[in-house]
Amino acid sequence: MKLKAPDRITFSHFGFCPGCGHGVAGRLIAEVAEEMGVADKLLTAVDVACGSMHMNDWHFDTVMAAHGRTLVTAIGLKKTRRDNPVLAYYGDGAAYAIGMAETMHAGLRNENVIAIVVNNAIFGMTGGQMAPTSLPGQKTTSSPLGKDAVRFGQPFKVEEAFSGFDIPYLARGALVGAANVNRAKKMIKKAFEKHLDNQGLCYVELLSPCPTNWNLEPLDSKRFLLEEMTKHFPLGEFKGGDAK
Amino acid sequence: MSERVLMKGNEALAEAALRAGCRFFAGYPITPQTEILEYLSWRMDEVGGSYTQAESELAAVNMVYGASSGGARALTTSSGPGFSLKQEGISYLCGADLPAVIVNVMRIGSGLGNIFQGQGDYWQMTRGGGHGDYRTIVLAPNSAQENADLMVLAFDLAEKYRHPVLIASDAAIGQSIEAVELPEFRDHDLNKYDWPVRGAKADEPIRTVKNVFYSMGDAYEDYLRDKYAQIEAEEQRWESIQVEDAELVLVAFGISSRVCEEAVEGARAKGLKVGLIRPITLWPFPVKAFEKAVNAKAFLTNEMNLLGQTMDDIRLATGCRVPVYHSGSIFAITDTNDLIVRIEEVMEEVKGGGQ
Repeated sequence: MKLKAPDRITFSHFGFCPGCGHGVAGRLIAEVAEEMGVADKLLTAVDVACGSMHMNDWHFDTVMAAHGRTLVTAIGLKKTRRDNPVLAYYGDGAAYAIGMAETMHAGLRNENVIAIVVNNAIFGMTGGQMAPTSLPGQKTTSSPLGKDAVRFGQPFKVEEAFSGFDIPYLARGALVGAANVNRAKKMIKKAFEKHLDNQGLCYVELLSPCPTNWNLEPLDSKRFLLEEMTKHFPLGEFKGGDAK
Repeated sequence: MSERVLMKGNEALAEAALRAGCRFFAGYPITPQTEILEYLSWRMDEVGGSYTQAESELAAVNMVYGASSGGARALTTSSGPGFSLKQEGISYLCGADLPAVIVNVMRIGSGLGNIFQGQGDYWQMTRGGGHGDYRTIVLAPNSAQENADLMVLAFDLAEKYRHPVLIASDAAIGQSIEAVELPEFRDHDLNKYDWPVRGAKADEPIRTVKNVFYSMGDAYEDYLRDKYAQIEAEEQRWESIQVEDAELVLVAFGISSRVCEEAVEGARAKGLKVGLIRPITLWPFPVKAFEKAVNAKAFLTNEMNLLGQTMDDIRLATGCRVPVYHSGSIFAITDTNDLIVRIEEVMEEVKGGGQ
């Protein structure tokens, strides 16, 4: 068993909480970029929230975008640096709350970037508020009695919203457990392959634990993710499948 | 050789952007700016650039942020309500030291207002319309020709200072068809500077575009103060007409300045000592121009807003030594003859003891 971090992870700074999935996602992206031989050219755009901390541990040229504008920032960058693969990395708050318009229209126009959305069903950076992805009954700092899904809606499912869009790849993975992590890596790889083939928007949502803001121990977080989150957010490929 | 053509002001601005090396545009339709978007929707392809009709002004300006991060000469344009939506992006461009050009083809009113020419966005444009501690260079053309000329200058200044530059055009300039000498085509190299992202080998240092504050820490304050001080010292631009002996100096930018030029002629023909200062940079405000107005007993602005938005800057530039009067309407460009009547009124009032 090989236990070596990818060269493109620097370890100079690492700001994620114990049990968080961001570190795993960052590693998978670095591994895929290296294995596919595009690490020298990869450009990334990160949101201002937790995911932006990859700026400090990734050895990639990176742009930090405004909250929820990561995807359109990446689109502008890709249209300028057409020979570079461009990856947008951001969370569910950015994707499905403040950046919902950007998310939907990138899908509608089938924009030629990789989107990696880390979904932890909560606003992490601001301390655990309810998100459009929060589960019914989920306790957060802005829904202390549990999310009332009648008032605030069911968790947002991108695969349903994108059902009519002609995009090359849409998948959801999970960042807990070796089998899921391996599967998530294959999804990311598939997204890279199709992106390098200029097929359009390659979209991977990754379910991540957020032990700090869920107020759960890491192992309980893993359980919550696999037993509760996946009821609302099924894992798998929804468009352009057969990731091997 | 430069071409001389008959063009709408909006189209002259769009064509000049391409000739200045702009190869990225993202925008959203709004009157009276829309011809810029329409023109670039077909013309950008011809020069091999990227055109996007975005889902909103917010998306458009943030696409510009991304394009600029990659080293592009990037443009977005809007008007009034849409320009307000650009403010998030402009603030972020400033925070990340990114050049870009953002055009506001001004219309009247707060809220929806209306699509007629206006100059009510002066405060928003010159004070930094978004959150935080910033201002931007603001260039104010008064013709289709200057729409073209100042577009080229805007990209040069944006790059020089790594800072967004705004252009304050308006519906009258944008919609009028005038003769324009278009600038020559210039190439722009994405790698002209070292800072744009382009990809890093494992043994190379990476480039990150982000809050400059993050990377600079304590040195950021001095850096910012110096940057703004340099712009104020070096970038003031204006046109002066018969200012030195003038007892009344008109102050007007954009389309209003052309009425004022006529009014100066008309007033002089009546024996009135009247001059004109036309700010071309709204920020930095051309304070230096006012040093020559040594005989001025008063200043009279003409601007298409009700609150006399340039008056404060004139008072600051002149140390409140003489009174500042306002003229102008949001419903029309002032008629030259009406302005001359107002000039006579003000001169009479000043003679009688002033404001």
